[in-house]
Amino acid sequence: MADGRKDPKSKYTADRGMPGAFEGETVTRRRLMTATAHGAGGIAVAAFALPALGFAAGSALFDRPKAIWEAVGTPADFPDDTYVPRTITAVAGVGQVGKTTAYVRARNEELDRAPNPPGYDEQFVAVSTRCMHLGCPVRYIEAAQRFVCPCHGGVYDFGGKVSGGPPVRPLDRFYTRVRNGQVEIGPRYSVNSEFRRFPSYRDPAQDLDGVGQYLYPGRFSTPKKD
Amino acid sequence: MKLPLPPLPTALQRKPKRPGEAERVKPLDQAKEAGIATVDWIDERTSLSGGARWLMFRKVPKGTNWFYTLGSASLFAFLSQAVTGVFLAMYYDPSVTHAYESARYITNEVFLGEFVRGMHKWGSSVMVVLVCLHMARTFFFGAYKYPRELNWVIGVVLLILTFLMSFTGYLLPFDQRSYWATVVGVNINGTGPLVGPFLSDFLRGGAEFGSTTLSRFYAIHMLLVPGGLAALIGAHLYLVARLGTTAPPWLKAESHDGQTEERV
Repeated sequence: MADGRKDPKSKYTADRGMPGAFEGETVTRRRLMTATAHGAGGIAVAAFALPALGFAAGSALFDRPKAIWEAVGTPADFPDDTYVPRTITAVAGVGQVGKTTAYVRARNEELDRAPNPPGYDEQFVAVSTRCMHLGCPVRYIEAAQRFVCPCHGGVYDFGGKVSGGPPVRPLDRFYTRVRNGQVEIGPRYSVNSEFRRFPSYRDPAQDLDGVGQYLYPGRFSTPKKD
Repeated sequence: MKLPLPPLPTALQRKPKRPGEAERVKPLDQAKEAGIATVDWIDERTSLSGGARWLMFRKVPKGTNWFYTLGSASLFAFLSQAVTGVFLAMYYDPSVTHAYESARYITNEVFLGEFVRGMHKWGSSVMVVLVCLHMARTFFFGAYKYPRELNWVIGVVLLILTFLMSFTGYLLPFDQRSYWATVVGVNINGTGPLVGPFLSDFLRGGAEFGSTTLSRFYAIHMLLVPGGLAALIGAHLYLVARLGTTAPPWLKAESHDGQTEERV
C-alpha cells in the first residue's frame, strides 16, 4: 500500500498494529510493564554480577606490584666471563614458591653489544632461568657455556640467545644497579632477538620479533622499575 | 489337597468374621503400606512419578549394546569424583604453605585417606577416558545427527569442562610436578594472541605465580566448573530422554513396524 499514509487512521487499535492501546498511546501499558520488569531484573543482575566479575579479574589484571630490589653481592663477586647463580625473590610473602634463580655476571663489552638504554649505565647482567619455551627452569652448563632446559630441550648461548630447541626468544633479564657497594637485582624485563628491552615482561612462548610484539602486548600487572 | 484341621478347643479356633465387620489392619500390613503411603504423599503434592516414569521407562531401539553404557559410566565417574572431592575438601588446605602438607596428611594419616585420594586421582583419568570413549561411540554410531546436534554441542562443552577440571585439579597436591605442569599449562594458555597474556594473568591472579594462584585454581576446580558440569549434565540427560536413543547403524529397518513409537 503505497498510499497508506493518506488513509485516515482506523479507530480500532488492532488495525493500527497495537491491540489494547488507548488513543494516542505509542506503547501499551502491558509492554511498558514488561519492559520495566525486565529492565529492573537486568539492573539487579548487573548490580551483583559486574562487581563480582571485577573482583575476580580486576586485581589479577590491573594490580601493579612494587618493584623489589635485592642485594646479591659486591661487584667483585661477579666475573665477566662466567655466571654466578643467585636466588632472588620474585613474589614476596609466599615462601619457596616465590623464589627464582638469576645468573649474574659483569657486563662484557665484547659480548654485550646492545647498548644500555639512555639514562642507564648497567655494569652487570642478570639472566633469568625461566625458559622461554614454556617456563621450566634452565641451568647454566659451565663446560658448554650454554643454558639448557630440562623439559623440552631448549638451549641458549652464553648471552642467553636461543641456539637450539623450541624457545621463541632470548632468556629474560633483570634490571641491575649498584647501591652502597652492593649489586642489586630489580624487576624482570624481556628482550627480543636484537636484545631490545620490553620493560613489561612477557610470559614464555610469546614471540617478540616482528608481529609478535603486537600480538602479545604488555600487561598492567608487571612491576615498574622505578 | 487341603487337609482338614485337627480338632482344636474353641478358645483357639479362629473366629469367623462377623457380618459387616471390616478386616482389622495388622501392624505388619501397616508397615508394608508405609513406604507406598510416603511415596503417595509426595507424589500427590509434586506429581514427580510421571516425570520419573518419562525419564526411566523409555523405549529403546533393537540392537542396543554395551557401547550404550558409556554415557552412564561417565555420569558415575563424575558422581564418584564429586563425592570423593567433597570429602577431600574437608582435609585439604589451599594455601601455598600448607597445601602439600595437607595432601601428605590425607595420604599418610587420615583413615582411608590414601584410598579416597586415590579414587579421586585415578578416577579423574578414568573419567577423561570414559568421556572420550562416549564421544567416539556417539561419533561412530552417527548419534550426533538430527535431531541430536544440540546434545553433541553440550557434550563438547562438557568435554572441555572435564579437561578444565583435570587442569585445575593437577595443581592442588602442590608438589614439584603440579607446580611446573601448571607453569607450563598457563604459559601454553598465554600463547593465544592478544587475549592470551591477560587470560594468563586472570588464571594466576597476577603476572607471577603467587599465593592467589592456588586458591584461584581451587575455587575454579571445586565451585565454578563443577556447577557448570552438573547443570550441563542435567541438560544432556534431558535431551537424551526427550530425543531417545539411536539405533546402531548396522540395524536396517525392514519396515517402520516396531521401529517407531505408536501414537497413543
